[in-house]
Amino acid sequence: MTAYLWLIPVLPVIGFLINGLIGRRLPKRAVAGVACGVVLASFVLSALAVTELAGMPEDQRYMENRVATWVPAVDAGGGQKGLAVDWLFTLDPLSAVMILIVTGVGFLIHVYSIGYMGEDPGFWRYFTYLNLFMAMMLTLVLGGSFAVMFVGWEGVGLCSYLLIGYFYWKPDCADAGRKAFITNRIGDLAFVIGTLTLFAWFGTLEFRPILQAVTAGQGPAWVLTAVAICLFIGACGKSAQIPLYVWLPDAMAGPTPVSALIHAATMVTAGVYMVCRLSPLYVMSPTALTIVAVTGAATALFAATIGLAQNDIKKVLAYSTVSQLGYMFLAAGVGAFSGAIFHLMTHAFFKALLFLGSGAVIHALHHEQDMMKMGGLKKHLPTTYKVFFCGWIAISGFPFTSGFFSKDEILWRAFQWSPVIWAVAAFTAVLTAFYMTRLMGLTFWGRTRMDHHTEEHVHEVPGVMKRPLITLAVLALLGGFLSVPAALGGHWMPFTLEHWLEPSLAHPEHAEGHGSAAAEYGLMFLSSALAMLTMWFGYNLYHKTPEKAAAWKQRFAGIYEVLKNKYWVDELYDAVVIQNFYRLCRAAYSLDVRVVDGLVHLVRNLTIGFSYLSVFWDTWVVDGLVNLTGRTIRTSSGALRKVQTGFIQSYASAMVFGMFVLICLYMYVS
Amino acid sequence: MIPTSHMLVFSLILFTIGMVGVLTRRNAIIVMMGIELMLNSANINFIAFSRQLGDLAGQVFSIFTIVVAAGEVAVGLAIILALYRNKDTINVDEVNIMKG
Amino acid sequence: MAPSAIVFYMLASMCVVSALMVVTRRNPIHAALFLVLAFFCVAGIYVVLSAEFLAAVQVLVYAGGIMVLFLFVIMLVPLDAGPARPPARHIAGSLLLAGLVAGSLITFFWNALETRPGEGVEPLTAGGGNIETVGMELYQRYLLPFEIASVLLLVAMVGAVVLARKKT
Repeated sequence: MTAYLWLIPVLPVIGFLINGLIGRRLPKRAVAGVACGVVLASFVLSALAVTELAGMPEDQRYMENRVATWVPAVDAGGGQKGLAVDWLFTLDPLSAVMILIVTGVGFLIHVYSIGYMGEDPGFWRYFTYLNLFMAMMLTLVLGGSFAVMFVGWEGVGLCSYLLIGYFYWKPDCADAGRKAFITNRIGDLAFVIGTLTLFAWFGTLEFRPILQAVTAGQGPAWVLTAVAICLFIGACGKSAQIPLYVWLPDAMAGPTPVSALIHAATMVTAGVYMVCRLSPLYVMSPTALTIVAVTGAATALFAATIGLAQNDIKKVLAYSTVSQLGYMFLAAGVGAFSGAIFHLMTHAFFKALLFLGSGAVIHALHHEQDMMKMGGLKKHLPTTYKVFFCGWIAISGFPFTSGFFSKDEILWRAFQWSPVIWAVAAFTAVLTAFYMTRLMGLTFWGRTRMDHHTEEHVHEVPGVMKRPLITLAVLALLGGFLSVPAALGGHWMPFTLEHWLEPSLAHPEHAEGHGSAAAEYGLMFLSSALAMLTMWFGYNLYHKTPEKAAAWKQRFAGIYEVLKNKYWVDELYDAVVIQNFYRLCRAAYSLDVRVVDGLVHLVRNLTIGFSYLSVFWDTWVVDGLVNLTGRTIRTSSGALRKVQTGFIQSYASAMVFGMFVLICLYMYVS
Repeated sequence: MIPTSHMLVFSLILFTIGMVGVLTRRNAIIVMMGIELMLNSANINFIAFSRQLGDLAGQVFSIFTIVVAAGEVAVGLAIILALYRNKDTINVDEVNIMKG
Repeated sequence: MAPSAIVFYMLASMCVVSALMVVTRRNPIHAALFLVLAFFCVAGIYVVLSAEFLAAVQVLVYAGGIMVLFLFVIMLVPLDAGPARPPARHIAGSLLLAGLVAGSLITFFWNALETRPGEGVEPLTAGGGNIETVGMELYQRYLLPFEIASVLLLVAMVGAVVLARKKT
C-alpha cells in the first residue's frame, strides 16, 4: 500500500477533472456518483493503508511514498545545495487519523450534499470544488515535507474561497470569499517565512529530517522559537484564531455542507494538525507553546462570548467552531498534543453533525436562518431534532459523549499546566453549553415564531440527508470511546488514540504524570456537573420561560449589544488596517499617475519643444538655404542682366575689350 | 624703301579711328562706315605684307575681304532700312529691345 | 626719298585726315563723302604697293558700289531722324578702349616695328601689272574660296532683298 499512497489524494483529483470538464453535461446522478465515488474510494484506500500501518510494529509505523521529483537538486556553489523538493507522501499514525477523518466525514458530507444541493443548477460546479478540496486536504495531511503540505495548505484556502463564494452573484458571498482568502494569505506570509527559515537552517523541507535534527538539539533556541511562532501565525490564519479569525463567521455565507466540511471538520483543523505534526519543534520552545496556549484559551473565551448573542443559527455554530479550535490550540500549547487531535476528531463529528442538522433546519424552512423566526420545530422535524440533540449533548460535554472525553482531557492537562488557564477553559465550557442550549431552545423548543406560510411548507429531510446525519450522531455519541483516558480504565481498552499517536507526537518534559488520579476525577466530576447544570438551566430558561430570556436580554442590553456586534472587531480592522491600506494604495496610485503621467507629459513637452526647434530649423535654416539660393541667383541675375544693355555699341565695346585681352594673352604666351 | 612698320602703324591708326567711330557714333549708318574703315585697314596690312614677302596670297585675300565687305554692307543697310521702317529711328541708342 | 614713298606718305596722311572726318561729321552725307575720299586714298596706296588690280577693284566696288549704297540709304532716311551728339563719357570710354588696343598691339608688334635692312616695301616700278598673276592665283589655287565667295554674294543679295522689302 505504500506505493499507492499517492492515490489517496489523487482520486479526488480525477473526480474534480471529470466533473469539472464534462460535469455540466452529465446528469446529476452521474455527477454525484463520480464525486461521492472517488471520496469513498479514497476512504477505502485510507482504511487499507491504516490497517497496513497498524500491522507494523509500533516503532516502525511509517510509510513513505516518494512519487517523483518536483524541483531537482542543483549545486548552489560553495558546497551548498539548492532547494530540492520531491512529491513525498508519508503515512504515520497522526496522518492516519487525519485521513480517516477527512475521507470519512468528507464522504458523509458529500452524500448529504446530494440532497441539500439537489435543486441547485450549479450542482456539477459544487461537486467539482468539493472534490478539489478533498484532494487538497489529503495532500496537506499526507504531505511529507513543508512543500507538499503547503500545496495542500494553499489549495484548501483556494477551495474555501471558491466554495464560500459559490453563490458568486451575491455580493455578500463574494466578499466573504475574498475576506477568507486574504486573511488566510496574511497568515500564510508568516508561514512561508517560518518554512524558509527552516530550510535555511536545515537545508531541507522534509519533516522527518527536520524533526530529527531539532530533537537532536540542532538549531539555536531563538531560531526555533521564531519559526514556531511564525508557523503558528499561519495556523491562526487557517484555523481562525485571534487575530485572524474574522473570516470564519463571514464564511457562513456559503452553502451549509461547505460550512460543515471545511469550516468545522477539516480545513480549519489544518492548523492544529500542523502544530501537532511539528510538536518536536514546539516542544523545544516553551515560549512558543505558551503563546499557543494563551492564544487558544483567549480565542476560546472570546468567541464563546460572541456566540451568546448571535441570532443566525450558522453564526452561533461558526463562533462555536472558533471557540473549539481555541480549545485544540490550548491543548497543544500545554503539551497535550494527542488531546488536541482527539478533540479535533470529536469536534469533527459533532460539529459536522450540528452544521448538517442546521442545514436540515434551514432547508426545511426554505433558507430561513434567523433563530428568532424559528421555534417549536421539535414536532415538525423529529429526526432532525433527535440528531441535533445528540450533537448538543456532545458539544456540551455531557458525560460519556465524545465531547466529554476530549474536553475533559484538555481541561485536565490545562489544569496541570496552569489553574488560571483551566479556569478560563472551564468558564468557556459553561458558555459553550449555555449558547448551545440557547440554540436548541430558540430553534426547537417552545412555541413557534414561524410565519404561517413557512410553517405550512416545513418538511423533514429526505433520506439521502438523513443517513449521514444519523451516522454522525452515532459517532458523536460513541466516538469518545476511541480514547478513554487512563483514569477511567483506558488501559483495558484495546485502542486508545493517545497510545496510537505516541510515535508521531512529542512530549514536553513537564508533561503528565504529576497529577493525582483523585484530582483528575475531581475535575472530571466538576466539569460534568457544570455542563449538566448549565444545560438544565438553559433548558428551563428557553423552554419553560422564554420571556425571562427576553427580559434578561433587556437587562444586560449594553453587554448584549457589544456581543452581538462581535466587539466591533471587523470595524476596528477596517478602520485601522483596511482604510490605511486603501490610503496607501491610493497614494501609490497617485504617485504612479503623477510619475508616469508626468514622464509621459514630459516626453510630450520635450517632443513638442523639439518640434518647435525643428520648425525653426526648417523655416530658417533649410528654407533659408533654399531661399538664399533663389535670392542669390535672382540678385546676381539682376546684376548680370545689366550686361545685356541692348546697346549695340556696348556689345561692340565688349568685343573690343575681349580682343585686347586676347592680344595680351597671346603676348604673354609667346 | 618704305619700312613695313610704317605701313603697320598707318593701318593701325586707320583701324583705331574706325573703331572709335563704331563705338562712339549714334547713327547706324556712320557705324557701318566705321566698320568699312576697319576692313580697309586690314586690307592695307595684307597688301603690305604681300608686297614685302612677294606672295600674292595677300592680295587674293584682300579681294575676298572686299567681297565680304560688299555683302555685309548690302545686308547691313537692308537691316537698317527695315529697322527704320519698324522703329522709325536709326539711333542705335534707341534700339534696345534686346535689353534685359 | 623715292617719289613713291613721298606719294605714300601724302596719301596716308590724307587718308587719316579723311577718316577722322568720317567719324566726326554730324551730317551723314559729309561723312559718306569723306569716306569716298578715304577709299580713293587707299586705292592710291594699293597702287604704290604694286597692287593695281586691287586698286581698281577697290575703286569699283568700294567707292562705286558700297558708297552708292550708303548714299541711297542715307537719302531714304530723313535727316531729322539722326541722333544727337553722344555723351562725353562714351567718347572717353571708347577712346580709352581704342588706346588700350592700340597700345597692346604696338607692344605686340614692337619687334616687328624695327626696321631691318632688306625689309620693306619696295617702291613702285614702271611697267607690268599683276592682273594676270592674280587671276592665275585666283582661278587655280584659290578656286574654291572664289566659288564660295560668289555663293556668299548670292546669299547676301537675297538677304538684302528680303530684308529691305516693304511689307504689303
